[in-house]
Amino acid sequence: MVELNANIPEGPMAEKWTRHKFGVKLVNPSNKRKYKVLVVGTGLAGASAAATMAELGYQVESFTYSDTPRRAHSIAAQGGINAAKNYPNDGDSVHRLFYDTVKGGDYRSREANVHRLAEVSNQIIDHCVAQGIPFAREYGGNLANRSFGGAQVSRTFYARGQTGQQLLLGAYGALQKEISKGTVNMHTRCELIDVVTIDGRARGIITRNLVTGEIDRHIGDAVVLATGGYGNVFYLSTNAMNCNASAAWRACKKGAAFANPCFTQIHPTCIPVHGDYQSKLTLMSESLRNDGRIWVPKKKDDKRLAAEIPEDERDYYLERKYPSFGNLVPRDLASRNAKEVCDAGYGVGPTGDAVYLDFSEAIDRLGRDAIEARYGNLFEMYNRITDDDPYETPMMIYPAVHYTMGGLWVDYNLMTTVPGLYAIGEANFSDHGANRLGASALMQGLADGYFVLPNTVNNYLADLKRDSINISHPAFEEAEQTAANKLEKLLAVKGTRTVDDFHRELGLLMWNECGMARSEVGLKKALEELPKLRDAFWSDVNVPGSGDDLNQALEKANRVADFLEFAEVMLRDALDRSESCGGHFRLESQTEEGEALRDDESFAYVSAWEYKGVGEEPVLHKEPLFFEEVPLSQRSYK
Amino acid sequence: MADKKINLTLNVWRQQAGQEGAFETYKAENIDTNASFLEMLDVVNENLTCSGKEPIAFEHDCREGICGSCGALVAGMTHGSHDRTTLCQLHMRSFEDGDELTIEPFRADAFPVIKDLIVDRSALDEIVASGGYVSVKTGSAPEASTIPIEKNFADSAMDAAACIGCGACVAACPNGAAMLFTSAKVSQFALLPQGAPERASRVKEMVDTMDKLGFGNCSNEYECAVACPKGIDVKHIARLNREFIASRTRKKK
Repeated sequence: MVELNANIPEGPMAEKWTRHKFGVKLVNPSNKRKYKVLVVGTGLAGASAAATMAELGYQVESFTYSDTPRRAHSIAAQGGINAAKNYPNDGDSVHRLFYDTVKGGDYRSREANVHRLAEVSNQIIDHCVAQGIPFAREYGGNLANRSFGGAQVSRTFYARGQTGQQLLLGAYGALQKEISKGTVNMHTRCELIDVVTIDGRARGIITRNLVTGEIDRHIGDAVVLATGGYGNVFYLSTNAMNCNASAAWRACKKGAAFANPCFTQIHPTCIPVHGDYQSKLTLMSESLRNDGRIWVPKKKDDKRLAAEIPEDERDYYLERKYPSFGNLVPRDLASRNAKEVCDAGYGVGPTGDAVYLDFSEAIDRLGRDAIEARYGNLFEMYNRITDDDPYETPMMIYPAVHYTMGGLWVDYNLMTTVPGLYAIGEANFSDHGANRLGASALMQGLADGYFVLPNTVNNYLADLKRDSINISHPAFEEAEQTAANKLEKLLAVKGTRTVDDFHRELGLLMWNECGMARSEVGLKKALEELPKLRDAFWSDVNVPGSGDDLNQALEKANRVADFLEFAEVMLRDALDRSESCGGHFRLESQTEEGEALRDDESFAYVSAWEYKGVGEEPVLHKEPLFFEEVPLSQRSYK
Repeated sequence: MADKKINLTLNVWRQQAGQEGAFETYKAENIDTNASFLEMLDVVNENLTCSGKEPIAFEHDCREGICGSCGALVAGMTHGSHDRTTLCQLHMRSFEDGDELTIEPFRADAFPVIKDLIVDRSALDEIVASGGYVSVKTGSAPEASTIPIEKNFADSAMDAAACIGCGACVAACPNGAAMLFTSAKVSQFALLPQGAPERASRVKEMVDTMDKLGFGNCSNEYECAVACPKGIDVKHIARLNREFIASRTRKKK
């Protein structure tokens, strides 16, 4: 039975984290080496957590399915990382970053966690600068900042359009430093296939060596999942091809509640879909909205080229509807508005599912060189993919699945409902509520990994009783058997359809019924369709090859099998939450002007779903949310 | 974005670890020219799977040119013949209907083949592990604004730091050297004040590791810079050489 205790420390908001750090139990330096922590995933959260815990003296085992920890998808984050440094002297503060994040999340995040995030944001910048990360600088040598959606201050630090890459390489460097000292034992090309719990506590994981197919057991005193989000449930997303929900889902099946799965972020500025062979969608950084103006023709089905449409026949709809934030409204609003204008017939491009992002005014005002310095690599990337030159013609963009705010439920210590099992970074649900602001994912991943988890994990380990459990324990045996049987079963079907074929069908179902707009009718329909698709998968999937060597189809099949189960919880959550908030837009709940209508009376809670078996209805637990510092109000960016 | 379909003939290297490899020929038919090279391989793999054959193993992940996972020799060129492109960002509009292409894994002594087009590039991690970082512990950093850095230096450091670790430089080098890769990391930290305390030991350790792992020497062919999808300049190799010599002549205190 799942019990939700958020363990939020007492005291005023601004003092909670400081008090908590003093209040948690410590493990003395010479005892730390007696504890082993397993960290799964090597993105920003996983790599920073593994490196920092190793620096502290813990034995760390780190796992990634990639050939090297540096491939994790954090690397693709373009725009930047927020911090409350207030270097531009524009009125920023820890409190403002906290406030903006709670408001931007549409009041569905936990205040205490968000405040802590804002507090440690400045330490992250200090640490990353000390690591030698080449952040953008002013001519005077000081760090440069830019603005991002959902904020009226410039608090975003960046390294050209490759901020995620640079931050990840910093964390990867720290990880390599510890690997070379022998304090981190690195397992590459090694994928988690189950979590092992003994007496209700997380004690280990089962992995598959992706080169040899060998299945191994790993025991530890705590298990940390830094395994990212579940955006690939939609098949097409901006996630990397290998991103998956399997670790989080297997943890859920072992008792970890899954929180707010319906909170998914659709990023407004992506390159539109153009063919059925398409394997992924490419994001164009939100930072482009600093200088790009979004518009569609005022006339429906206008087939003229952008250049042929005169200024007064263009509708800069974001500037018109939200004059104070203009093109810099939060992501959920920008996405929904793009969908609305396209659904109404004003979309552009060959499919009509695109809007213009136009830099001509910025180029006139600042010169081509200035724009090139800011966005050169993004323009080049756009040109590579579409063969169009954004210096000459406006970009065409459309929203795409990008980030998942939902994730494993965690308490203030980042521990899931399974003692000893932690979730950090995108894998947890904690800080972004129903909508994440730009440049906040990098901040949260690194906050969790460098500064939060290494402080809170002690509290659990200090109380741990030593025991003689080893990997021959029946729980390991059983978990290994179950995981191995599943792989064998996948290989044995030898049906007629490829894994991708099923994944595409699942993705389309989720996009249509649980994408940018959701309705009771659609969600119920999807809940009927999903079990049929799952049955079809298990009776007709074709996984070639064997389990004894490198087999990418088998890896994929194993992940898609999990998506097919996980999707059901997502649909149920979206059905339960009949309000609109942040990235979750229920057609039944909107204002007269078509804006999202939140229902705080009924829905100011975190939904945490307890798994009860495949096809069984999961049980909903609710963690009520209280807003002491940021009073509940309907968001307005007008 | 004009819609056009083309047909290609592919000669693809197929190999199991520890066994001899060989080329096999496949047809890639009705390929949309807006598709990426990897999406074209996806189509071929779907067809192979449906006809009961094993799909071609190739490494890939982000498919937006930043993770460094993908890479193969296409018609003898790393990541294909386009300048400054990863394989995932190479699009089929670069090819003509009827083209015949050879696709094989990156070839280098330090990169053993794992399967088909997938090679083991973990030697690059070992080079980084031997010193490609600033040894700062979490929590011990000074306030960020106390380290001003001249913009030119910060920009040059960023140029070097753009390396994605794909290994194309090694595969393109006739000696199988990892000089461009290693020099990019050495350069990044040599240009920044944060890198100063470990400047001498870093270059020495990284070069030693590179030699130990079976990478070749640099003989100024500059193939690496042509192959680099991120345009890393060979001047970083010159800087590595200067750093290396300086580290040897530096007086021990």
